[in-house]
Amino acid sequence: MNPQLFQLICFYAFGFVTVAAALSVITLKNTVHSVLALVLTFFSAACLWTLIDAEFLALALIVVYVGAVMVLFLFVVMMLDIDQEKMREGFVKFLPVGLIVAAAMLVEMLGLIGVRAMHAQAMGADPAATAGLSNTAWLGQALYTKFLLPFEIAALILTVGVVAAVALTLRERADARYESASQQVKVNPRDRVRIVKMDAVRPDLPNDSQEPTP
Amino acid sequence: MITLAHYIVLGAVLFCIAVAGLFINRKNVIVLLMSIELMLLAVNMNFVAFSRFLGDVSGQVFVFFILTVAAAEAAIGLAILVLLFRNRSTINIADIDSMKG
Repeated sequence: MNPQLFQLICFYAFGFVTVAAALSVITLKNTVHSVLALVLTFFSAACLWTLIDAEFLALALIVVYVGAVMVLFLFVVMMLDIDQEKMREGFVKFLPVGLIVAAAMLVEMLGLIGVRAMHAQAMGADPAATAGLSNTAWLGQALYTKFLLPFEIAALILTVGVVAAVALTLRERADARYESASQQVKVNPRDRVRIVKMDAVRPDLPNDSQEPTP
Repeated sequence: MITLAHYIVLGAVLFCIAVAGLFINRKNVIVLLMSIELMLLAVNMNFVAFSRFLGDVSGQVFVFFILTVAAAEAAIGLAILVLLFRNRSTINIADIDSMKG
């Protein structure tokens, strides 16, 4: 088969799955199912990115999004006790408005894109392959030279995110007992144990004890 | 032959689905957060397609940063959600109106 035709068939297949999964994210009743549909959306989007040789980002999408962010979503959805029926209130009421706005936006955007798409602009050769590099090396070279400062700021943002998430959800319970390490270190043995010198004494045993007298 | 327009149209469709999701799931904060993730995915789709089309690495680098920021945003957003549920035992947006905005 013609490889370009095969690519096109793959694009339509993955694109169909992406759109169908995205639609089910916003329409499914059960929030857990919505999260799983979003996982499928991200996965097929990663397949689409692989089709245009963005392998590193496709894998990052799967590892970071499906592996970390979506699992976080699943944890939160399953942890919270949500009344599914109450959440659906207003679904039908807002459906026409949502559909009209979305359809209007889609028509506008497609009209805008359609003007440029009249003369089909094919994707050029893979720029990474032209430079004799893999996609990851191509991206990494830019990331560690030209974009080094933004890269480090991104690391800082992630740290701030972690600290903020922990600081928000950490709570001090009134009935919890904590150890105070500084007080434990500061304590002196003399304050805790007192050694008393005294003579040995014979206990006063009552006469009718079990021990018979010789 | 895959053209640039294929990817842009797909991004536009995803973005509009996410906008519709914001409108019809007004009560459920979790689905709202997921709609925002869908929007970011649509934007990323455009960035990747244009990066490949123009042969410019900047687009893909930017997608990398968007992924980073979106991960931090999701973590903080979910932390706020947990806090909200702990204090008010609900995540229904209609009940969260103490600021009377």
